[in-house]
Amino acid sequence: MALLETTRVRKWFGDTHAVDDVDFVVNQGELLGLIGSNGAGKTTLVNLISGLLRPDAGRIVFDGADVTRQSVHERIREGIARSFQLVNLFDQMTVQDNVALTIFAREGKTRRMTALAERDRAVLDEAGEVLQRFGLESKARMLAGGLAQGERKLLDVAVAYALRPKLLFLDEPTSGVSTREKAPIMDIVTSIVRTGGITAVVIEHDMDVVFTYSDRIVAMHEGTILADGTPEEIRRNERVTTTLIGTTEAG
Amino acid sequence: MSQALLASGRLLAGWRLAVGIAIALFLVLVPRLLPPFQTLQLSYGLIFAIAALGFNLLLGYTGLLSFGHSAFFGVGAYTAALLVKYMGLSSMEAFVLAGALASAVTAALFGAVCVRYTRIFFSILMLALSQVIWSLAFKLFWVTGGTDGLRVPTPTLLGGSVALGAGEDKLVFLTHRYYYYVLALFLVCVGAMWVIVNSPFGKALQAIRDNETRAEFVGVQVRKYRWIALVVSGTFTGLAGTLWVPLNGLTTPDILYWPFSGKIVFFVVLGGFRTFLGPVLGAVVFNYLETYAIGFTVYWQMVLGVVLVLLVLTMPAGLVGTLAPLFARRRRIA
Ligand SMILES: Nc1ncnc2c1ncn2[C@@H]1O[C@H](COP(=O)(O)OP(=O)(O)O)[C@@H](O)[C@H]1O
Ligand SMILES: [Mg+2]
Repeated sequence: MALLETTRVRKWFGDTHAVDDVDFVVNQGELLGLIGSNGAGKTTLVNLISGLLRPDAGRIVFDGADVTRQSVHERIREGIARSFQLVNLFDQMTVQDNVALTIFAREGKTRRMTALAERDRAVLDEAGEVLQRFGLESKARMLAGGLAQGERKLLDVAVAYALRPKLLFLDEPTSGVSTREKAPIMDIVTSIVRTGGITAVVIEHDMDVVFTYSDRIVAMHEGTILADGTPEEIRRNERVTTTLIGTTEAG
Repeated sequence: MSQALLASGRLLAGWRLAVGIAIALFLVLVPRLLPPFQTLQLSYGLIFAIAALGFNLLLGYTGLLSFGHSAFFGVGAYTAALLVKYMGLSSMEAFVLAGALASAVTAALFGAVCVRYTRIFFSILMLALSQVIWSLAFKLFWVTGGTDGLRVPTPTLLGGSVALGAGEDKLVFLTHRYYYYVLALFLVCVGAMWVIVNSPFGKALQAIRDNETRAEFVGVQVRKYRWIALVVSGTFTGLAGTLWVPLNGLTTPDILYWPFSGKIVFFVVLGGFRTFLGPVLGAVVFNYLETYAIGFTVYWQMVLGVVLVLLVLTMPAGLVGTLAPLFARRRRIA
């Protein structure tokens, strides 16, 4: 069953056809790997679906509702959350507050200005649990800006996860970290997504990583979808091997 | 090791409590300890501190630099003056309520125009809007008294139960009963602002300050929250204006003019906008600096300018930001 479906969705930047009439489907419960070399249009597609960008044309249907014209805020309410390729955190706030704020926002509690945030046990406990799941509990009191890169990537995912989304987009959760750190991060992220029953789309450069963790893979190239199938099918797909596998090593 | 940390933490908390109690005690005893002129200066300082607290909800916590806060201070002051002129009121509580309301409405209108913008665009728009209010006060002289301003006689306090006695020296009233009135409201404002910046709402503002895009993507409606922050901020600063006017006895368009907005910016930069109490200390210290600089030399504006440039260059974190680490390990607002 399709949880998300885009129909001929398009975004051009001048002559660059970043996303060119793309039909993209995410099924309920799957962990989808979205691959493609640098500039293929992966991030732009996520920007369109999450509401950061408005499409030039096309339709986006999520969970049965047309969300094409909805604001970011409304899409979050519907259950779409995302992390960012370049880490996007609240650097002057503590690690705990980064997650707690997200929970406050989800619960509609950010309007409250007459109660101390740190007195809300339910929210703090949940923030603590989330941090524990991501292995960040020992950093709870540090400022987010002071974390190491790998921890920042994890916290970026944790913040999106704390929204309890139905559909979670993770834009290169291991970019910018050393090869050694990639597998541990992906292990944490994928196990959380699977145990939480969250449908997830993971954008990833590293082919080994993608083939290991994905149920299904969609390959993009120059704004269009090049191939779509199980990891086995993608591995054997000649168009993918000739266009992508060669080029991604460099990226 | 961790026990040592815990012990030092307790020591720190105890130390802070002791300092807090000492300061509170000093503030209560000021009218007995200091000559009336000094008490008056401190009253001005505390009032400016309320304005600075309001201002810093925007700068320190929301990341918006307003060059137009004179408008709220002025609206607070003129509201009291107009209540005297047109309704013959003299109750300070009426002034405070009406002043807070009028400045909240002004801030709400300003916000409707400004919150779409950030950085210098926000600053300049706030400046422009505040100058509209200034020119109104200037031009509508039959209402506002123009450059002569409006007189505000000594008000009655606490529902009329505390008033200036017949033949009593106004200075005695202002440096005792009115001083305590200001002190009480100052403490209420500090407490209220402390709760606000540490509330879920306050966290949302800090999130907007740190990363507007991500704040939007965790579901914080950025513009709406900026707007609310501006209304709260303007209300605090407006309340300060209302408290200021009985001390001064007169309100003129000067307090609506842009240099007064600059002064509020200076309070906060001087004290340090990254700390909760920085703006409070900055306002009190600035008021003394200005008072003594005026007495000391006719070039006081230049002296003040030089002092501020030196301070900003040598203490970019402000007085509190520079001095606080000597007492505590954590200095940034979290
Ligand atoms: N805001 C933008 N303005 C102009 N061009 C853009 C913008 N965002 C992306 N692009 C271009 O669109 C193409 C797709 O980019 P992107 O979606 O980031 O690719 P990917 O995430 O697959 O690496 C690239 O050529 C990129 O330069
Ligand atoms: Mg990308």
